[in-house]
Amino acid sequence: MNEFSELDEMYREVILDHYHSPRNNKSLDNPTKEIESNNPFCGDEIKLQVKIQDGIVTEIGLSGRGCAISQASASLMGEALLKNNINDSLKLYKDFRELLTGNLPEDQMDDLGDLIALEGVKKFPIRVKCALLSWSAFNDLIEV
Amino acid sequence: MNNNLDPMNIKNDFPIFKRTINGYPLIYLDNAATTQKPQSVIDSLSSYYRNSNANVFRGVHTLSIEATDLYDLARQKVQKFINAKNFQEIIYTRNTSESINLVAYSWALKNLTKGDKMFISPFEHHSNLVPWQQICRKVGAQLLYIPLDDSGAIDCDKFSSLIDQNTKLISVTHMSNVLGEISPIKDLTELAHRFGALIMIDGAQSVPHMPIDVQEMNCDFLAFSSHKMLGPTGIGVLYAKKEILEIMDPFLFGGDMISEVTYEDAKWNDLPYKFEAGTPNIADAIATGTAIDYLQNIGMEKVFDHEINLVSYALEKFSSLENIDILGSQDPSLKGGVISFNHKFIHPHDLGTALDRFGIAIRTGHHCAMPLIRSFGLVAASRASFYIYNDNEDIDKLIDSISDIEDYFINE
Repeated sequence: MNEFSELDEMYREVILDHYHSPRNNKSLDNPTKEIESNNPFCGDEIKLQVKIQDGIVTEIGLSGRGCAISQASASLMGEALLKNNINDSLKLYKDFRELLTGNLPEDQMDDLGDLIALEGVKKFPIRVKCALLSWSAFNDLIEV
Repeated sequence: MNNNLDPMNIKNDFPIFKRTINGYPLIYLDNAATTQKPQSVIDSLSSYYRNSNANVFRGVHTLSIEATDLYDLARQKVQKFINAKNFQEIIYTRNTSESINLVAYSWALKNLTKGDKMFISPFEHHSNLVPWQQICRKVGAQLLYIPLDDSGAIDCDKFSSLIDQNTKLISVTHMSNVLGEISPIKDLTELAHRFGALIMIDGAQSVPHMPIDVQEMNCDFLAFSSHKMLGPTGIGVLYAKKEILEIMDPFLFGGDMISEVTYEDAKWNDLPYKFEAGTPNIADAIATGTAIDYLQNIGMEKVFDHEINLVSYALEKFSSLENIDILGSQDPSLKGGVISFNHKFIHPHDLGTALDRFGIAIRTGHHCAMPLIRSFGLVAASRASFYIYNDNEDIDKLIDSISDIEDYFINE
């Protein structure tokens, strides 16, 4: 049906997969840092824990509850952060934000890897916050 | 004469139903948030600005006199609509929240002191919760919650053992904006008055949907909003008994609310104007009168019966969806036209976004009642709420669409 083909742009297969089977869905015993964040508009919650060594995220624990977009985005973020340099990840966050607001130049899209799956969210502006919930938590976690 | 109202005919009076949403006819099931407006209300607004616009109470010119007459006539319509004894008992505010704040600041702040108690229910909208948290904190009074029975309804027996002479105020919703449950206002009012307390009713969800008689209810305060009953946004009403308003201080100070001003002091205007500082919301007050005309032309008994029929039908239909849990009572005789529900596997925001693709508008989120939603172990819920233009077909489409969306999200 046509309604669903529009929805397909947001709820891509990879997103529903991450929603149904979130990666790094666990609690860490001795995280270097942790943060809990929620979206007061919809009540979505996310808890993010990281172990960091020499500026590299070595382990990630994620949990939360909320809509498919917020939870899948958190799961995708976890995969993007793992084994990567924090500063690169912060740059990735900025690019991802630009993607969702429709401002990322075409030629930079390849750098986003699997995160590109969330591109369809930009057609549903009210849901952009859902996709950014975990990322802004990560940003707060590092900045603090 | 047919005793039921005809939603199809009514729909024709509302221009918004001529548009489509994502290619589908609009099915509007978010009436507890705000209702759509009939052509007559829209015309009333534009007619006022085209033909009668002037400031009220001050001019001797024709337009000012006309505007003043229209403004006062609208107040009489509100008075009759809720059967208030006196014209002076109808105060215009911006909305239900402001009406409640008016009572909080002009009555409660002065009459509640340290050691006093006030009660609200556990299922209040934030607008009938947060002002009382603030006032009670300021004066050192206790904010307490009316107990519920096992079914989640207000338990007057248990409550009668908690209320005492130190209780100064009960403020309770007439109908829950989340659960749709109707509170036992008569019993609560009797209890309050037996202990010398006053009672305030949040009528935001009841006044638009059922016959209201404040003299019979005997409540001391009643708050409601025009935009939830076919009227414009930005205007609400506080009803209060005249003898209480007379001893209350003004809420806002300035123009129109004074009778005499010197460089040193001021005297307050008569009721109701004492509580309406500044140029009032003339156009929206007049259009509120037009909305009331529309509703009274149908008859509030019919409005209420229609919604009870819709809720009964919807509850029966929902029971065919095995993954849906209904929040609160499933007994339609205890509910107004509101059903909140949760899907076991689909988050309300995903459901809401998907239903919107079919032109169906429902509310998703915490419904301005975060503590209540959390008490169900949820962070958000979905809500369908009905009004005069909804029919069984709307409910069929909602249920069918939820089934289709289920297939989409679950059977991937």
